[in-house]
Amino acid sequence: MSLLEIRNLHVSVAGHEILKGIDLNVNAGEVHSIMGPNGSGKSTLAQVLSRREMYQVTGGEVSLNGKDLLAMKPEEAACEGVFMAFQYPVEIPGIGNTYFLRTALNAMRKYRGQEEMDAMDFLPMFREKLKLLEMDDKLMGRSVNEGFSGGEKKRNEILQMAVLEPKLAILDETDSGLDIDALRIVAKGVNAMRSPERAMLVVTHYQRLLNYIVPDFVHVLVDGRIVRSGGPELALELEEKGYSPIEAAARQTAPLSA
Amino acid sequence: MSTAIANVEQYLESFVAVEKLSKGEPGWLQTMRKNAFARFCETGFPTTHDEDWRFTNVAAIARTPFSVAGPERSQVSTSDLKAWEIEGSAARLVFVDGWFAAALSSVGPLPAGVVVSSLRKEIEKNSGMLERHFGRYLDIERDPFSALNAAFAQDGAFVHVSKGVSLEKPVHVLYVSTERQAPTMTNPRNLVIVEQEAEATLIEEYVSLSDGAVLCNSATELIAGESATASHYMIEREHREAFNISTLRIQQDRSANVASHSLLLGGGLVRNNVHPVLAGEGGECLINGLFVGSGKQHLDNYMYVEHASPHCSSRQFYNGILDQQAHGVFHGRIVVHKDAQKTDAKQTNRNLLLSDDAQIDTKPQLEIYADDVKCTHGATIGQMEENALFYLQSRGIDARSARRLLLLAFASECLGRMKAGLARTHAERLIEGHLLSVGNPAPLAGTDASPVERSWEEVG
Repeated sequence: MSLLEIRNLHVSVAGHEILKGIDLNVNAGEVHSIMGPNGSGKSTLAQVLSRREMYQVTGGEVSLNGKDLLAMKPEEAACEGVFMAFQYPVEIPGIGNTYFLRTALNAMRKYRGQEEMDAMDFLPMFREKLKLLEMDDKLMGRSVNEGFSGGEKKRNEILQMAVLEPKLAILDETDSGLDIDALRIVAKGVNAMRSPERAMLVVTHYQRLLNYIVPDFVHVLVDGRIVRSGGPELALELEEKGYSPIEAAARQTAPLSA
Repeated sequence: MSTAIANVEQYLESFVAVEKLSKGEPGWLQTMRKNAFARFCETGFPTTHDEDWRFTNVAAIARTPFSVAGPERSQVSTSDLKAWEIEGSAARLVFVDGWFAAALSSVGPLPAGVVVSSLRKEIEKNSGMLERHFGRYLDIERDPFSALNAAFAQDGAFVHVSKGVSLEKPVHVLYVSTERQAPTMTNPRNLVIVEQEAEATLIEEYVSLSDGAVLCNSATELIAGESATASHYMIEREHREAFNISTLRIQQDRSANVASHSLLLGGGLVRNNVHPVLAGEGGECLINGLFVGSGKQHLDNYMYVEHASPHCSSRQFYNGILDQQAHGVFHGRIVVHKDAQKTDAKQTNRNLLLSDDAQIDTKPQLEIYADDVKCTHGATIGQMEENALFYLQSRGIDARSARRLLLLAFASECLGRMKAGLARTHAERLIEGHLLSVGNPAPLAGTDASPVERSWEEVG
């Protein structure tokens, strides 16, 4: 049994079909990259897996560790080990960063029947992770993402991932808007989290991020379907030739009704 | 336009009783009462045709035959009031159905130059201080409820802080209503005088020990002398059927700094009037508030900020959270008088509506007669931010807790404007408790409603 199994997944938003039958198996320890042109459904896939309600599943199945992921609320999915690093992290004025993270961690620990962590135990661990992502302590005194630069927000996402230690980490366009230094730091954080128990799904438009986070598998999503899968070399091919040849090929093979 | 008083005979009868009680009062006060009662009879209760009362219908108050609570005491013990104690306050004055309860009150050692006592005691003393200030600021011509209070007021808190003295700990004034036979009206009256360069904090808190019909119509005059610093907290936590009308009239001298914080959490029909007059140059006034309504609560905030001198600044910030069929009102009137050049007045009202039936009326009203001023106002009405909710849930925080966190965050804007100290800690504790009961559907029987997740209303 794979950690994540997606079978013939169909998803609509506001009556418009976005995902048109996705099949994907992701095993623990693997890093998969989902690539594709704008509007291909990459982010939709990430959002559905993190159980955003506005995406309506019209067909198919998704299981996480054998459990029905599609029956879970967002918080249950999170407690079962799904983590999505947001493409656009949300600013929440009035809730302190550190407080938020400890609340999240304790919600998960409670769900798993573990004891809650007090501030004394939390802070040393938290400082370690801050160091890993080269983040300023001062940012943590502020409200969640409030007044953060684009790069700081993305680093904050990876920081959260490092603290929450998910089984399945989904990075939704984490590279967008990052300069090369920030990209390196983010990649360092992600790579430090690679482990035989953890799977990652790296959603990206560009190959650039994959120079730093080298995937085991690359899947190309076009118009709601995975049209090609391969190894890391597929990403390089896309970088060189762009998405057009693959899109053209996909159009020829796609059913006329689509 | 106003409505005839349905129970005019009852008010008359009550007034005769009050006059009898106030036989020993100084002549100036007796005259003041008579004039106020005459004015009240003249105007009657306001109606929604009155622009100042457009969004709040007080017909239910006009209709109810209230009687005035006499000085006979209900049986209230210190343990009944345990839940409302603020530990470490400079003084605690408890009023039961409007009358001072010495046995329930305590005044700690106060710095020299500070007087904290009941108004009745001050009236008996007839100090020059009282005559100089009492009733000099409250506008009984404009506001019928102020006239009603001035006619009937029997007791309340008296605080006097002499020049240069700093009273660091707050004075806690607790108004408790108890079980009574008939609908009862109380008219608490507070006088707070903070002299030049002095400092004081007053917490006025209104609570109920039973759910009997009550009209609490309070008035507070707060006088801040030159360069004085004063903070006032109005905390409304009565039961869900109570009528509560309160008026805070602030008089600020040169460079005085006054903050008014209002927390409206309880009550059925609540009207919160805050009326500062910046009478001396360079004064600063913060008017900060949070109102949280659910059920059928009606919470009306009427701000009337008068800039009467140059170089003054006023800041109004009111946040509202309304759930179910609650109705909130924010009416922010700013008047800049002709000579009040360089006025800097700002007004912000932010509202969160948690249900389709909740309603907010927000109305700025700027009247500017000076030509070199800065006045801004803004209002927002929104729902709970879905993106933020999902973000919190995606980190493992359940929907109920996530909603509560977001409400707390919204409320914390108001808390953040309070000076750190006992009063703020008290306010924080109240709000945290109260928000557990708002914005979330009642948990079904058998779900995880642990005993700690009860609202203060229930505990109190």
